[in-house]
Amino acid sequence: MRVNITVNGEARQVDDVWPGESLLYVLRERLGLPGSKNACEQGECGSCTVYMDGTPVCACLVAAGQAEGREVRTVEGLASGDTLDRVQQAFVDAGAVQCGFCTPGLVVAAHDLLTRTPQPSDPEIREALAGNLCRCTGYEKILDAVRMAARS
Amino acid sequence: MTTTVATQGGIGTNAQRPDGALKARGEFAYSSDLWHEDMVWGVTLRSPHPYARITSIDITEALRVPGVQAVLTHEDVPGTNIYGLEHPDQPVLAEDVVRYQGEPVALVAADHPETARRAMKRIEVAYEVLPPVVNTEDAAHGRAEPLHPNGNVVRHVKVRHGPQDVRADVVVTGEYEVGMQDQAFLGPESGLAVPADDGSVDLYIATQWLHADQRQIAVALGLPPEKVRLTLSGVGGAFGGREDLSMQVHACMLALRTGKPVKMVYNREESFYGHVHRHPARMYYEHGATRNGKIVYVKARIYLDGGAYASSTGAVVANAATLGVGPYDVPSVTVDCWGVYTNNPPCGAMRGFGAVQAAFAYESQMDRLADAVGLDPVEVRIRNAMSEGAVMPTGQVVDSPAPVVELLTLVRDKPLPAKGNDLTDMPGGVSNTTHGEGVVRGVGYGVSIKNVGFSDSFDDYSTVRVRLSVIGGQAVASVHTAAVEVGQGLVTVLQQITRTELGVDVVTIEPMDTSIGDAGSTSASRQTYVTGGALRAACAAVRAALFERIGHTDLPLDHDKIVEVLGTDVIDEVVEWRHRPTYRLDPETGQGNAHVQYAFAAHRAVVDVDVELGLVKVVELVCAQDVGKAINPEAVLGQIQGGTAQGLGLAVMEEIQLADGKIRNPSFTDYLIPTVLDMPPMVIDVLERPDPHAPYGLRGVGEPPTISSTPAIVAAIRAATGMALTRVPVRPEHITETS
Ligand code: FES
Ligand code: FES
Repeated sequence: MRVNITVNGEARQVDDVWPGESLLYVLRERLGLPGSKNACEQGECGSCTVYMDGTPVCACLVAAGQAEGREVRTVEGLASGDTLDRVQQAFVDAGAVQCGFCTPGLVVAAHDLLTRTPQPSDPEIREALAGNLCRCTGYEKILDAVRMAARS
Repeated sequence: MTTTVATQGGIGTNAQRPDGALKARGEFAYSSDLWHEDMVWGVTLRSPHPYARITSIDITEALRVPGVQAVLTHEDVPGTNIYGLEHPDQPVLAEDVVRYQGEPVALVAADHPETARRAMKRIEVAYEVLPPVVNTEDAAHGRAEPLHPNGNVVRHVKVRHGPQDVRADVVVTGEYEVGMQDQAFLGPESGLAVPADDGSVDLYIATQWLHADQRQIAVALGLPPEKVRLTLSGVGGAFGGREDLSMQVHACMLALRTGKPVKMVYNREESFYGHVHRHPARMYYEHGATRNGKIVYVKARIYLDGGAYASSTGAVVANAATLGVGPYDVPSVTVDCWGVYTNNPPCGAMRGFGAVQAAFAYESQMDRLADAVGLDPVEVRIRNAMSEGAVMPTGQVVDSPAPVVELLTLVRDKPLPAKGNDLTDMPGGVSNTTHGEGVVRGVGYGVSIKNVGFSDSFDDYSTVRVRLSVIGGQAVASVHTAAVEVGQGLVTVLQQITRTELGVDVVTIEPMDTSIGDAGSTSASRQTYVTGGALRAACAAVRAALFERIGHTDLPLDHDKIVEVLGTDVIDEVVEWRHRPTYRLDPETGQGNAHVQYAFAAHRAVVDVDVELGLVKVVELVCAQDVGKAINPEAVLGQIQGGTAQGLGLAVMEEIQLADGKIRNPSFTDYLIPTVLDMPPMVIDVLERPDPHAPYGLRGVGEPPTISSTPAIVAAIRAATGMALTRVPVRPEHITETS
């Protein structure tokens, strides 16, 4: 089947999509945007988090067909040119990136949090990021990064 | 030695990772992100049975599926169909028998992963199912059917230290159990194999040890090693789970057969079947002590379930045995540790490597001893703590700082956190299960010892090449090594060491691959020590070459001087570097200088337990660790925080649950790892007591915090509930006693 999606502001047309394919597969394997990650493909880890029509979703749980006509914004669409988004910059500065496999999903989730709640409390940050697993950092520096981004 | 001019971002600074921005942008290429023109997808058919004879494999129908490029079985393995990290015993593809659920049986390559999966389902394998061997002690003592030609004991290590069969006034005993933990790295097993016209292959892969992979793949493919070239791809965490092969040989076989690049990516369920896990353990301990709480003897029997294939079980057994009494002075030690074959999933390396299991038992015993003699748990540990000059149960003298007392004192003396009254602070959190009724608080302690580097006479070395040149008026050093970055920050450390040693700011890290010599494994907390040591030596060789050009050596070396001296020349030095040798353990007594270095950490845990529902909230974790020298202090904190979180997981939630050899929870829905809601704030003290034998005095950092956090948390739950809790992970039903 054919799917039309606006990805990071650009209208994209994808052909030969299998009905069972997820939005994540289409982004990663058909549109050359592997920034959204595939840590579980079961909706449990948040590594595939993208914006769809402004709402964060797990791209692995969205069937490609469901994305027809929607606006998708991925981690690759957050920076402007060489300038990182403040959340991305804070992750780097706070040392919140180790292996980095969780980072794209966490960056999108934190970006969404700060859009909705510019000055979140610690419990609010924890609640907002509870769906994103990180195996490397123990989350301390991720919390630091979100606090840092909220200040910047 | 001539000193170099201090530069930005040298050792001891919080230099930033060179790959941080790429990772945050989503532009860092992990092994599952690779793409190649004309690429096809490989999938693996796995055994549904823990133990069965294969009577036939029929691939006819699978081959008929349109889009299928190849279907391969054991008959297609070009070289030797057997491999293994320490001891080759595992088939690349099963022949006449499968020994664990998930063992690879056949491979399919097709133009779409879904096509490959559909074709895979059409492969007909006839099995004659056999009763699995799952009892570790039966396997250790010859009471089970032998699963391999030499029986079921992979290794039995005996440690006999001091007078045997001594008596003591106070005796505490205990039986302890550790469940099977998974590394649960987030980046799934994956890679891309690209065939070349001359019958060789390039593999782009996420691994922990490029050369060990290369050696094993070459044998399986029947190729000389130089025809199997590996390049590291982005690695999404490892923690031991990538030390063994997963899809490496399979992807290469499919690529060589189809003549096309082959990509393989496991999904999460397959990942649970596709790598080794932490050995589950059953441990019997007896501590004898004086009425003052001074340990007189320790006797222990430790059984580690190695599962179907050996992997690194032999080395894990040696660790559990030699570190089995913990960081304490014990005049009489009798330890027996067995690692055995069963039909459970294979177990091998995971962060903490044998020390984790033993620490849960010996630290639980220390708390029992404290109770028995009426001492505070920290006090009983301090009375027995080892220090520099102590003699290990192996007879090895600890010849560098061992600040166990100081670490314990540091964590004990931190102020205790106030009781929270917000719902989110309660066990159960916003699930609104309690407002404080039925909630009790407890405090517990744990301290750990871990060996750093490969032990037991292993020739443990690393190879580093450093090139110094002037590019556009700027001195640039480039570092090439096969040492693998898995997320821990080796790339940052390599830049920092080079900056400090050569006085240049710009340091590029070349792709990590097998075109240079072996760097050993990224495991055993060893890369900063061993590859760091090799890099320091390579930089010294570069400096010596520079000084030779200058004609004397008393000049401070700075950037401008390098540019002036070097001109258009390139200085290029390759160094192979070893840490001091270790020696084999005596097979009868376990005596020998088997370890390179010891590292220590201590934790204090504060927990709130809802005793009615059995829910645990870890309120705070305090850690103190001696790192010798913090090359990158912030990265050290990151290791302590991340390692502690994995210990928390083992304490209260993480277990691969088995029933007759089958995994019941191969998903992140049912295998839980800590989220940001589970992980409490941490208070950390980092000590720097230099080890005179190590480069810069540093100690390996990654593993100790994983070891001591688990016993500290369980001790805190015991303190809160008064329950014995002899098994990890502690589950709600253990606390409510409903199971
Ligand atoms: S990959 Fe989508 S939630 Fe894990
Ligand atoms: S940095 Fe590795 S999973 Fe988060």
